[in-house]
Amino acid sequence: MKNTFIARNPSVLWFLAGLAIFTILVTIMSEATGFGLISTSFLKTLGKTLCLCLVAIAMDVVWGYCGILSLGHFAFFGIGGYAIGMWLMYARTEGIVLTSLKANALPPTATEITDAIGGQIFGVVGSSDFPMIWAFSHSLPLQLLAVILVPGVLALVFGWLAFRSRVTGVYLSILTQAMTLALSLYFFQNDTGLRGNNGLSGLQNIPGLEDQSQAVVSLWFFWASAIALALGYVLFAYVVSGKFGSVIRAIRDNEARVRFLGYHVEHYKLFVFTLTAMIAGVAGALYYPQAGIINPAEIAPIASIYLAVWVAIGGRGRLYGAVIGAALVSLLSSWFTGGSAPNINLGFYVIKWTDWWLVLLGLSFVLVTLFFPKGIGGIFDALAKKTPPNREGDFGPDKGAWRNEEGEPS
Amino acid sequence: MKEYPMLRLLLACLSLCVALVLAQPVQAQTLQDVLQNNAEAVAKPSRRTVDDVIAALVASSATGIPDFLEGWRAKEIWQRDADGLFFRAVEDGDGLILTDLDTAEVTTVADDDGFSQAKPNAGVRRVISSALVQFLLSDPDITRRQSALDAIGRDPSGDQLAPLRASLEGEPDADILARKQQLERQLTAQFDEDPAARIAAINDLSGDVSVEVRGVISQVLATRQFVAVDVPEGTNLARILEVGENLSADDAYQQLVEADLAPATVSLDDVVATLTAQISNGQVAGVDVSTLDTDDARIAAYETLVASGDAPAIILPDERAAAISAHTFYLAYTEENADITGAAEDAQSAIAGYLGAGQTIDLTMDALSLASIYFLAAIGLAITFGVMGVINMAHGEFIMMGAYAGYVVQQVVPNYTLSIIIALPVAFAVTFAAGVAMERLVIRHLYHRPLETLLATFGIAIVLQQLAKNIFGTQARPLTSPDWLAGAWVVNDVIQISYIRIAIFVLALLFLGLILFILKRTRLGLEVRAVTQNPGMAASMGINPDRINMLTFGLGSGIAGIAGVAIGLYAKVTSEMGADYIVQSFMTVVVGGVGNVWGTLAGASLIGFTQKGIEFFNPSNTLAAQTYMILFVILFIQFRPKGIVALKGRAAGD
Repeated sequence: MKNTFIARNPSVLWFLAGLAIFTILVTIMSEATGFGLISTSFLKTLGKTLCLCLVAIAMDVVWGYCGILSLGHFAFFGIGGYAIGMWLMYARTEGIVLTSLKANALPPTATEITDAIGGQIFGVVGSSDFPMIWAFSHSLPLQLLAVILVPGVLALVFGWLAFRSRVTGVYLSILTQAMTLALSLYFFQNDTGLRGNNGLSGLQNIPGLEDQSQAVVSLWFFWASAIALALGYVLFAYVVSGKFGSVIRAIRDNEARVRFLGYHVEHYKLFVFTLTAMIAGVAGALYYPQAGIINPAEIAPIASIYLAVWVAIGGRGRLYGAVIGAALVSLLSSWFTGGSAPNINLGFYVIKWTDWWLVLLGLSFVLVTLFFPKGIGGIFDALAKKTPPNREGDFGPDKGAWRNEEGEPS
Repeated sequence: MKEYPMLRLLLACLSLCVALVLAQPVQAQTLQDVLQNNAEAVAKPSRRTVDDVIAALVASSATGIPDFLEGWRAKEIWQRDADGLFFRAVEDGDGLILTDLDTAEVTTVADDDGFSQAKPNAGVRRVISSALVQFLLSDPDITRRQSALDAIGRDPSGDQLAPLRASLEGEPDADILARKQQLERQLTAQFDEDPAARIAAINDLSGDVSVEVRGVISQVLATRQFVAVDVPEGTNLARILEVGENLSADDAYQQLVEADLAPATVSLDDVVATLTAQISNGQVAGVDVSTLDTDDARIAAYETLVASGDAPAIILPDERAAAISAHTFYLAYTEENADITGAAEDAQSAIAGYLGAGQTIDLTMDALSLASIYFLAAIGLAITFGVMGVINMAHGEFIMMGAYAGYVVQQVVPNYTLSIIIALPVAFAVTFAAGVAMERLVIRHLYHRPLETLLATFGIAIVLQQLAKNIFGTQARPLTSPDWLAGAWVVNDVIQISYIRIAIFVLALLFLGLILFILKRTRLGLEVRAVTQNPGMAASMGINPDRINMLTFGLGSGIAGIAGVAIGLYAKVTSEMGADYIVQSFMTVVVGGVGNVWGTLAGASLIGFTQKGIEFFNPSNTLAAQTYMILFVILFIQFRPKGIVALKGRAAGD
């Protein structure tokens, strides 16, 4: 018991326990079990929040632990959503089309069914043929595989290109942002075959579960999201502990030094980048059936920056920090923008939170960056009376950081 | 006229009286006189007589002939039976509103009894129209000549050719003369009866890339599609169509059916319809309906119906293929003279060559103007990011602030020229102040944490964007350019570029010069470069790094503001306009090479030209061009990680 994974990472147990209690409480209060204290739409919001927490811990691993500020992880999240959305839309439309074709005297042929589905799905972009990209959309297992593989392969190729040419730091961030922009522009095109800016819709109707009410389906998705978050948390906690974790933290702090110690820095970075992209895809695949609609705007670069904002507010370099940040900011965000926050009347001006929430978020974000680099997670340190080790050395590993002789340690 | 000597005499007297009454000089023949001389032919026009009337009208120098001809053509000429006088008249209930042809005096009569209408038939009206063109083409009023030419240009026809040629002589206005000659060539190429003249005209046109001339040439080269066993003798063949390559098998067969060379096909839809009609008791042709869920099964069932005589025979694919291969499908020119089409083809390929050259030039200019927009958007960043190394995600919002500053100035100063002149310094001042404030309050504390600078400035970007939304609303605000910047510089139908883009190009060059001057030739520039390279050493030389950083950041931000005014003139001002440029701006700086203004220029050119180049292959899809441009940039950075203009040695800093 002395040196087990759990013993070294007590926060994992705490987190799992907290998540389990939360899930049970929500289940009891949900509409599906009869108490109905939590409306189905709020249940969906909670389920979506759990998915956001999952992508946030992925972001935390890649940024907080490995030091790669990726501005593309929300794009991987979106790709996961698109991958599952294609199957959902295909299967559901197939059901509708089969019903309507029953009206014909002759039983439909396979081509007639495909044409009718194509006409239904792509009518909005003035087409009716299935593009290549939908080749596997009839098959749930293949699309589930795509949820993991497409973001994974994309991250692998991009990461390989970027890391091998030693693009680091801010340049890497800009490059990932460019990739995200390219992806979202790609999805925006009608030619791509993903319905352009209409996106995919009606994803909340799960084929095969038509008899179940949305309250029940939402609860199932909530459970699935909670399980995925728990598994993801354990997986990442495992990844960042032990020797592997030490190496990736070392890469964050001083990449050159790690390289000189004989580690293949690129391989480590590539592994972390790809793994987190795949988990982001899974999170997206769970998120969008609860959201019901996905469109290319979800992939836009700004979404990935918000992801970084959540992690920064929650506290980088600790998994529970990312969870807290994502949950807090996204729930606050939907509270403020949903219009439930009370307006503040200043006499000469009424502050409507729908208009001013982003200003508040932006400002608090600047303040957190300036004054609380540890984010909300720093509070736990203060509670635990944990102080950072005094290394008696330089102020920091960054280029141009002050040397010890140049100033007083703060 | 011989038949009516008495009438003629009478009319002559009458016209004399009219002339006396109107106190007009006797020697000038009025329109009414001319008409009275040809009264029978005017009142009952026919193809035989109309030419004489027109010749008489041309011979006279009476005024108002075009109006009369228009009226005549429109069946608005009425003759008063009592005295035989002609009037232009419109019906008004039972009565008529008469307009005197010479004096334009209007009278009204309650009843059209006693008046008879001249009703030229379609053939006569055509003759009148072409005569009218001639009169309009020589009309003293320049706008009427212009509109007559416009009418010919819109709807050219062969009978306009003679009047157009006749009007060439004596045309006083040089522009109109040139336009007349132009149209004369085009009409000759299409409609002249002499093949040699047409070929000569076509050759004359072969250097012209205007849409009009291209239309004329393709009109001459118009083709029709035919099918025959063999191409008949004497056909002016354009080309043979290969079935499967430039003609689909379905279309080919359809054409055979239309030409009665093959029996009509039965489509799958017909099969389904026939089968559906024959269903009884869940069965059709002895087969269960539920088994008919493949095309093969349906055709098999249909064949059974054919065998029992209940449906027309289906044409099997190999029968179709045999029918198609037994025939030749070809395009033949509607023009029968092969020399003319040959000349036109030569002209077309010559025009295609000029067109290609013109499009290349046009594309280059487009690329240049796109490059200058990117350069303008990125040049502020070239200072803050390129020289100082500060990642300012709010750079796009500074551009937006500059554009809104211009908008506000325009609300206060209504004169567009003046307001633009005021807006430029105002935008600079506003964004300079914002930049300095941001540097002092935020960035100063984060100089050693570049990733966090990125995030903090992003927070500021959100705030600025939302504030702009709260103040100015979400709808786009116009920033109107002055009149002298509206419009475009048109070289020909292919090459044209709007003045606003030229202005942006000039502005970009100006800024390039200004920035280079500040950085390389002023005390401030020297200090900036010193502080960037080694703040500690610069400080020991008596430079205040804090002050220099502040000023440099302010300068970069201020330039973003001016760029905002320029971009706002060419695009709409919205709160999100900055976000549209931020990623491209960063890429411009990174691709060009950080720390070098020339690099930014190179980066902007590379990105602008690449994007336009990709757009050339798929012009309808600018999103695709942007997508592939970004992919190109990502790959480019693989090969030149430090950008096009990479700093070497100590200046590189690491």
